[in-house]
Amino acid sequence: MSTPLELGIEMLKTQVDARVESYFSSCTHCGVCAEACLFYTETHDPRYTPIYKTEPLRKVWEQEHTVWGKLSSSLGLRKKMTEKDLSDWEQLVYDGCTMCSRCSMVCPVGIDIAYMIRKVKEGLAAAGFIPEGLETAGERALEYGSPMGLTAKSLQSALDAQKKDHGIDIPVDVAGADYLCMLSSNEVVLYSEFLTSISKIFAAAGISWTLSSKYFEATNTGVQMGDSGVAAQLLQRLVDVAEELKIKTVISPECGHAYTTFRWDGPNILGRELPFDVVHIMELLDQLRSEGKLKTTGSFDERLTYHDPCNISRRGGVLKQPRNLLGQVAPNFVEMHETMEMNWCCGGGGGVSSNERAEPLRLKVFDVKKRQLDELNVTTLVTSCSNCRLMLEEGLEENEMDVEVIGITELIADHLA
Amino acid sequence: MFEQLVNGIFWDIALIVFFAGIAWRVLTVLRRRNHHDFSQPRNSGLIGAVMANIHGFFPRREVASRVRLQVIAGYMFHLGLFALLFFAAPHVTFIAKHITGFSWTAMPYWAFIVASEIAFAGLILLWVHRVLNPVTRLISRRSDHIATILVFVVMLTGCMALGESSAELKAFHRFTVELLMIYFPFSALMHAIMFVPSRTYSGAFFGRRGVNM
Repeated sequence: MSTPLELGIEMLKTQVDARVESYFSSCTHCGVCAEACLFYTETHDPRYTPIYKTEPLRKVWEQEHTVWGKLSSSLGLRKKMTEKDLSDWEQLVYDGCTMCSRCSMVCPVGIDIAYMIRKVKEGLAAAGFIPEGLETAGERALEYGSPMGLTAKSLQSALDAQKKDHGIDIPVDVAGADYLCMLSSNEVVLYSEFLTSISKIFAAAGISWTLSSKYFEATNTGVQMGDSGVAAQLLQRLVDVAEELKIKTVISPECGHAYTTFRWDGPNILGRELPFDVVHIMELLDQLRSEGKLKTTGSFDERLTYHDPCNISRRGGVLKQPRNLLGQVAPNFVEMHETMEMNWCCGGGGGVSSNERAEPLRLKVFDVKKRQLDELNVTTLVTSCSNCRLMLEEGLEENEMDVEVIGITELIADHLA
Repeated sequence: MFEQLVNGIFWDIALIVFFAGIAWRVLTVLRRRNHHDFSQPRNSGLIGAVMANIHGFFPRREVASRVRLQVIAGYMFHLGLFALLFFAAPHVTFIAKHITGFSWTAMPYWAFIVASEIAFAGLILLWVHRVLNPVTRLISRRSDHIATILVFVVMLTGCMALGESSAELKAFHRFTVELLMIYFPFSALMHAIMFVPSRTYSGAFFGRRGVNM
């Protein structure tokens, strides 16, 4: 019977691939990555230096794959990794990193540090070092399909409310529809206006679409935990319902990590191409706009800015589409000083928002976003990720800032011609 | 005796270890399994890789002011060292005689002095920053300090041997170079080569997604 430590180390050994090998071999420990990390810039605690968060993986790589590491290990001169090391790094990695990848953009030798932190999470998860809140969310996701514990009944209640409040009939389980739209739990219980908005837009654009009552959850807690096994199980549920309904394209809703998971990481987690295309709702709306199927009228005249969700912009490549859409309805749109692929994270990505223990730190590092907003003096902040939206609202409330947060889809729907 | 060893067997060993070590390290990366990417690319990974290799030489505007010292000192050291390595008169003669068979114009004496001062200043600034800055102090490894000291000693003995008035000083410089060559493949100095695959992998990864590094 292996100990948690042994399980963690064995998992870390399997994570060393060509990228990891070249990354550790090229790191000069220059510390530039720290200056791109909101957890370092807002706390000045050097332990939050991004490359330092990969220490468990580096130790395993050095011990197993370098001359000095092998030599010192065989001579018993090497300090062995302990459960305390894993415990310490659990806090650093799960509380003090949102996997935003900003550090990866500035590394002089091109190290994708977020890629390695994801691998560190695999080791920590295998050893059982996962924050309680995230672990519970993972259990609920496996049992009910949603990290919040929402079920098909919860979805039905939300659909009934749409019918009652807005007179909208939302298509469910329509076989052969062109698009299957996934939802994050946030969009079912907190931001139901997203459902109202896409229903109006798709009706106006003549889109054939559906929801699935069997599996509607877009988020993937397995990815946030760093547990590929859980991630694969949740992804397979999406593949199953999409195949059952003969779906051509899956729509990722306003959720950052859902998009990255479906569009980019999902095929690799499952080890095969997905049997459908994946588009983010921003991509689809921009496509409809360019085809002349999304016509708007009037404008939103408040001074507003756009918060780039890291997984949609920096790790997703959806950069121009939200700006094209804003250009259609928001004449007073202004960019933040550091934006697009160099945006600052909301502080709650990578599973940090599900980790109650990290809340004080998350609200502390919101200071960088506060400064960005103070510079612009805007009254409205738009975004395209419901998790970012929630984190931004909490940060604004904590700092007593009078800024309204809305989703782009909602903004567009409010100005449909 | 020492000169004979340094110019003979030591040099041969250093040369073999240097090239074999580098080849082994590079092959270690190339032969390691890299997962096939099953996602449909948005843009070319190849272009992303090329751009990342170019852009990596320039700091991002968003962090440039926060890392000014590392960038300026880094460029001072690397450019100074490059000039010394390939354009110092004794090196040009040595390379022509032992490696290429042809030579090129060496830099004048005054340029050597300027290049070495710039390289020394850069190296010392980087090391002082490494020791004093809380971040670099925390993340630096023993090999980073050994590499810095070795490079410093090589540059120092090179300056001392410049006049070539003393065969002993020249032999001592060559000995330190040989130590550095033996240490190189097994240390952080390998970044001089491994930055290419590192930038290439990441550039291709982000490039496929339509993001410029």
